[in-house]
Amino acid sequence: MFRQARHIREKYLEANMWPSIFCQGCGIGTVLNCALRAIDKIGLDIDRTVFVSGIGCSSRIPGYIDADGLHTTHGRAIAFATGIKLANPDLTVIVFTGDGDLAGIGGNHFIHAARRNVDLTVICVNNYNYGMTGAQVSPTTPIGGITMTSPYGNVESPFDLSALAIGAGAPYVSRWTTAHPHETIMAVKKAIEKPGFAFVEVLASCPIGYGRKNDLKHGKDYLEWLKRNTIGRTRYTAMTPEEVLACDKIVIGELRNEPKPEFTAEWTRLVDGLFVE
Amino acid sequence: METSLKRAPDKAETRHKPSRPCTREDFDRVRRVLGRKVLFTQGDIAISYGALLAGCRFFAGYPITPATETAEIMSRLLPRVGGTCIQMEDEIASMGAIIGASWTGARSMTATSGPGFSLMQENIGYAAMTETPCVVVDVQRSGPSTGQPTEGAQGDIMQAKWGSHGDYELIALSPSTVQECLDLTIKAFNLADTYRVPVILLTDGIIGHMREKITLPEFEEVTITPRKQPSTSKEAYLPFADDGTQIPEMSTFGTGFRTYITGLTHTENGYPSTDNQPNHDRLIRRLCDKIRNNRDKIVEVERDYEDASRGETIGIVSYGATSRSVDYAVKALRQSGIKIDHLRIITNWPFPENEVVELAERVGRIVVPELNLGQACHSVREAVAGRCEITPLWKIGGEMHTPQEIMDAVRGNSD
Repeated sequence: MFRQARHIREKYLEANMWPSIFCQGCGIGTVLNCALRAIDKIGLDIDRTVFVSGIGCSSRIPGYIDADGLHTTHGRAIAFATGIKLANPDLTVIVFTGDGDLAGIGGNHFIHAARRNVDLTVICVNNYNYGMTGAQVSPTTPIGGITMTSPYGNVESPFDLSALAIGAGAPYVSRWTTAHPHETIMAVKKAIEKPGFAFVEVLASCPIGYGRKNDLKHGKDYLEWLKRNTIGRTRYTAMTPEEVLACDKIVIGELRNEPKPEFTAEWTRLVDGLFVE
Repeated sequence: METSLKRAPDKAETRHKPSRPCTREDFDRVRRVLGRKVLFTQGDIAISYGALLAGCRFFAGYPITPATETAEIMSRLLPRVGGTCIQMEDEIASMGAIIGASWTGARSMTATSGPGFSLMQENIGYAAMTETPCVVVDVQRSGPSTGQPTEGAQGDIMQAKWGSHGDYELIALSPSTVQECLDLTIKAFNLADTYRVPVILLTDGIIGHMREKITLPEFEEVTITPRKQPSTSKEAYLPFADDGTQIPEMSTFGTGFRTYITGLTHTENGYPSTDNQPNHDRLIRRLCDKIRNNRDKIVEVERDYEDASRGETIGIVSYGATSRSVDYAVKALRQSGIKIDHLRIITNWPFPENEVVELAERVGRIVVPELNLGQACHSVREAVAGRCEITPLWKIGGEMHTPQEIMDAVRGNSD
């Protein structure tokens, strides 16, 4: 375990960037760890991989990886990533984003990339709030959630990001939590290997931002909360209709994995048919 | 669940290679695709032709009048020459996509008009901060807001320079003819790669939709200036190090240089350093100075001057579509015995300060016709600094100045 941790650190992490900006108990480190272990399992050529992100805590992830990285403007990571992939389809392009970056300011790019089905892997660290700016309400903050801009409790309905990705046409969608690292590693691995728009949502602890206002001040409590409040897809689908109605837990697991024609492959085919020698 | 989908065809064999540097073979292919050497076409289309001849193989855009024809031609022709053309969900995404594409080595471009240009501003600032070469075509229309979509204007002159927040410099070019739309698009790509800046091609609905004769260049007549590639080992490479030219060497994603690019204030190694005042000062001054210190190399103007002594001559400073009416007015005025010096600005940014000063020292008065309510005349006034009088001649609403209006403005105080 420790030997593997050292192997991951020495092989993939950017030494100049430590210590990280992440708070104690933050789930982002777990997501980075899981993603790197997935990359290692695949044996991905890191020199042919580009990490792209927008703005926010989770968008700082590419800075900690010793690889090509593009830390873009708020919400626009997927648009930049689309440009990279379509200009050089040989590269593996992985996007790290957060709930505010992806579904708030960047919502339009998210649904269109899913619809278009460009071969990108999008990993969203969903921590229910804008952490970088000091815990404001986000598009995924639960109803009643206390944040700096919903001090009396959130009255807006939140987005279900995975359902949104499925609705927009993403062929691969998984949702796990930072309390499920092994499952997250496998999900990221499958997402990278999936030829098409692959979305992995990771519910993550944010004890200093969201947690401190919502009785989840400690990282450990947060992980227990994530375990308690989620239910596996297999168990969920085996439930009776009455049980489903009574269930207020978040469904986790591989939520979609279907074939769909991928954009760059289709475009390449089109070019090869039209090219003037 | 395993998928039965096949991956893209073998990458080595595909002709889809947008990020590959363009060779003579590629140039000749574009010429074959474009057909005849002499064509009768409109400005928007000439821009697409210029881009293809310059080696642009990545276009991302969003439909908007009066710039749409550029995207239409790119979507028709890019697949035939091995490139990518994508219609993004908005102009913000289009700008993001061309920046991403540029880092893979591709020459990339987008085309828009006022409302879309406004949306692009944040990412144009990002391109300036990250020193990403790219070309943005702005076919100007009457604003503000939705304004008059089908009418040309010159209302984005100031936005082109000052549209994004913070201090930065970029390059903006104004064509006056359809031929110049083609020629300046090629030049725009070269300037973008040479100085690692976004270059704005500031045309307008008049030139964009006007049809004229153009002649396509031969390979020998075209200069293609490649980007400065890293000269150090991968380990020693610093993506934002000043090698004395103030323009850093640029790596390409996927080539093992492991380059980290951020819009945050960064050090030479590309990593954020946001609370270090001297570092921020050094970075931003370099971004500005690499353009300001090369002003003389970048700036292009056209002088049509009299051989006359100071005080007897009237000067005109114009650019873009307006220069066409001015050319006509200048001929007519000279026939009636009035001495005129006409300075046509081709490079709006960086502003040709020295050239305007030179004119101001020759003439008693400068007339500045513009299709706006006063934009370039601010820069002219700043450069002239009281050396002579200035007569702004503003017109909005979608119609060009008539030569008569320009002649009247010249005669106004000269009688």
